[in-house]
Amino acid sequence: MLINQFLLLAAVLFAIGVYGVLVRRNGVLVLMSIELILNAVNINLVAFGAQHAGASGQVFALFVIAVAAAEVGVGLAIVLLIYRNRRSIDLDQLDEMKG
Amino acid sequence: MLEHVWIIPALMALSFVLILAIGKRTPGKGHFIGIGFVAIAFVLSIVTGAQWISRSGEVAHSQASALRDVDPSCSARAGELAAEGGGHGTEAEAGAHGKARAVVAAEEGEEEHFSQPVVNCVHWFNSGGLEINVGTYLDGQSALMLIVVTFISLLVHVFSTDYVGGDRRYTHYFGFLSLFTASMLFFVLAENTLQMIVGWELVGVCSFALIGHWWEEKPNSDAALKAFLTNRVGDIGLLVGVIILFFAAKGSFNMMDINLAANSPEAAGGISHNLLLISSLCLLAAVMSKSGQFILHTWLPDAMAGPTPVSALIHAATMVVAGIYMVARLYPVFFNGLSIGGSSFNVLALVGSVTGLFGALLGFVQKDIKKTLAYSTVSQLGFMVAALGVGAWTAALFHLFTHAMFKACLFLGAGSLSHGNHHSFNMVDDYGGLRKVMPKTYATYMVGFLSLAGLFPLAGFWSKDEILAGTGGMNDANGSYTFVLVMLLLGAFCTAAYMTRTVWYSFFGEYRGHHHPHESGPLITIPLILLAAMGAIAGFANLPEHFWFGIDFGSLALKFEHYVEPVGAFFPGKEQGFTHAEFNGTLALVATAAGLLGIGLTAAFYTGKLPFLVGLTSRSKVARFFKRILENKYYLDWLYTDVIVNFVKYPLAKATYWFNQNAIDGVVNGAGRSAVGAGRWVYAKIDQGAVDRTVNGVGQVAGATGGELRRFQTGHVQQYAALFFAAAALLAGVIVVVVGG
Repeated sequence: MLINQFLLLAAVLFAIGVYGVLVRRNGVLVLMSIELILNAVNINLVAFGAQHAGASGQVFALFVIAVAAAEVGVGLAIVLLIYRNRRSIDLDQLDEMKG
Repeated sequence: MLEHVWIIPALMALSFVLILAIGKRTPGKGHFIGIGFVAIAFVLSIVTGAQWISRSGEVAHSQASALRDVDPSCSARAGELAAEGGGHGTEAEAGAHGKARAVVAAEEGEEEHFSQPVVNCVHWFNSGGLEINVGTYLDGQSALMLIVVTFISLLVHVFSTDYVGGDRRYTHYFGFLSLFTASMLFFVLAENTLQMIVGWELVGVCSFALIGHWWEEKPNSDAALKAFLTNRVGDIGLLVGVIILFFAAKGSFNMMDINLAANSPEAAGGISHNLLLISSLCLLAAVMSKSGQFILHTWLPDAMAGPTPVSALIHAATMVVAGIYMVARLYPVFFNGLSIGGSSFNVLALVGSVTGLFGALLGFVQKDIKKTLAYSTVSQLGFMVAALGVGAWTAALFHLFTHAMFKACLFLGAGSLSHGNHHSFNMVDDYGGLRKVMPKTYATYMVGFLSLAGLFPLAGFWSKDEILAGTGGMNDANGSYTFVLVMLLLGAFCTAAYMTRTVWYSFFGEYRGHHHPHESGPLITIPLILLAAMGAIAGFANLPEHFWFGIDFGSLALKFEHYVEPVGAFFPGKEQGFTHAEFNGTLALVATAAGLLGIGLTAAFYTGKLPFLVGLTSRSKVARFFKRILENKYYLDWLYTDVIVNFVKYPLAKATYWFNQNAIDGVVNGAGRSAVGAGRWVYAKIDQGAVDRTVNGVGQVAGATGGELRRFQTGHVQQYAALFFAAAALLAGVIVVVVGG
């Protein structure tokens, strides 16, 4: 089995995710982009796990999915609070930490 | 009781505390406490005296066995002597003087006799490795003083309940009487010189407080201050003398140690003559201030500002004899230091005889009866000091004893006169003819007066005569102090004369006051009667062996000498020239004649039988000159306040101020200025130049770095993320290259 296709898919997904994180101004979309990055990694884990014919890759992927769910929960809560405070979730306006 | 004699002063101290604590809440406001305790103390003192007398009956056959009751932890030297004797058998002699004494005693075929003092002490505190003790030194001398102090204190307590009755500080007054009695007893029982200083200063403080009892009036508080400050002058001498003796006695404050060391030859571990001379001169300064000796006597007449019972107790009978007591206690120091034995002149005899005469002369010009009595006290203290100065130790102590009785009687008599005359002491303007209205006061005053004048057979006759005989002027007792004898005879004549003057003004003639005098109550007259009785009979304590008309008193004679005078290695003995004068019939006759002449001349003068003397001072310039000198008290107060104090106050103070401003301040200011200059330079060059520049440089570097770095801190999360991803990509590239390569 060739794993090139999987790795290419994952790389494309990762690149799209990174792009989304860096460029999108909407907080929710940034979170969704992070999910893309995580899922790219998951594809890699499953693919390498299949190559080595072990279960550990899939187990790891499951952990990542679980942690990602938690992370999204926290992230969405933060975005919600930002929205409540500022009536906007535009990340470009969040520069209070400017030095 | 001899071992536990500390109880007596402790009782009086307890009485003081009780009066202060609960005195105001007791009936009568505190005098019951004081009288009760002092009565117990008096009884215990009598018991102590009786035990001492019975102890003197047991003859010790050696110095070693005589010192068996001296605690060796108090007096190391006495302990050595006792142990030495024990080692060589009980009859062995100890010390160079013990041997000499044995030889003298053997030659004269007398039984050897040593006094056996009881010395106890407890450890008080340590200072620099030195153990300081406090304890009791009981011998005939201290037993005598215990009885005198408690007896007069008791009578004064009783007298005061009436005399000071209703006073606003009544309780306070009795508290101080107790404290004074406690301190005086503490002083007379002192086992070492340090304890003696403590007692000495304590009685001084009590004297200060009681002179200034009515401090609302300025003269009274001035008199209290004067007494205190004059005493400070002498106290310097006391301190220096005690310190010299401490080092001379190889580091011991103990009286027994000091006396033993002072009494042995230098070769046998004694103190050198020069050291003894210096320390006795220093101590003499203390005697002069405390015991009112010429020229430091000026505080004593002013001290009459205090209540009269206080004058009787403190300034006549007890405290002022502290100086005499101290000389008597450290007699080997004075005897050997001033070379008293077999000589004919020394400074102690000079001071005493000058005071004896010049103090008496001042008694003539006083209007105030108490001041006349005060000068009389000064003069009589001079007699005692002179007696010590000529080597008549027993005579001095005997006169101390009799004088305490009749002088207390006279002072309390003056108090009674003032009590019946609206508190006036001015005998010239407010008294006169009082013998009819105050018969008891008159009778007791007359006994005191005749005793003081030295008429047979009253107490003063015996003691004064013993002093005169002791000078050896017409005999060969302790050298021949003819000068002292002449001065004291003149003093005795003047004493009789000025006392006649007080009697004349008070009791004879017409009443000159504007009140209704009355006799005092029994609380005042009973102490007077007791003291007058003692003033009459106290002299029989030391009858001479061979009296006029060949009367031989036999075993009754010289009791006082036998019980009070110490005999031992710690006291001068025959081999040092310490002898006892015999009764001298001619001298006694001359002294009595001088007294009678004084009385007779004065009485004749006041009754107008000597017309050429009346108005002498207005006619004769010489007489006026002498009177003016006497009225100005030899200009001593003027010398002290106007000359010495003003010199200290003005020119000396000015010079000191100038020196302060110019020399000391100059140095201080110079130092200040150079410090400021140095500070400025350090500030400009080192602080600003080096330290601050470094610190600022560090700060600026940090600031500039921060300024550059803050550009990265845009606050945009996505820029951080971009940097993060870029760095991660870079790292990944590096890993690929490194691992792959």
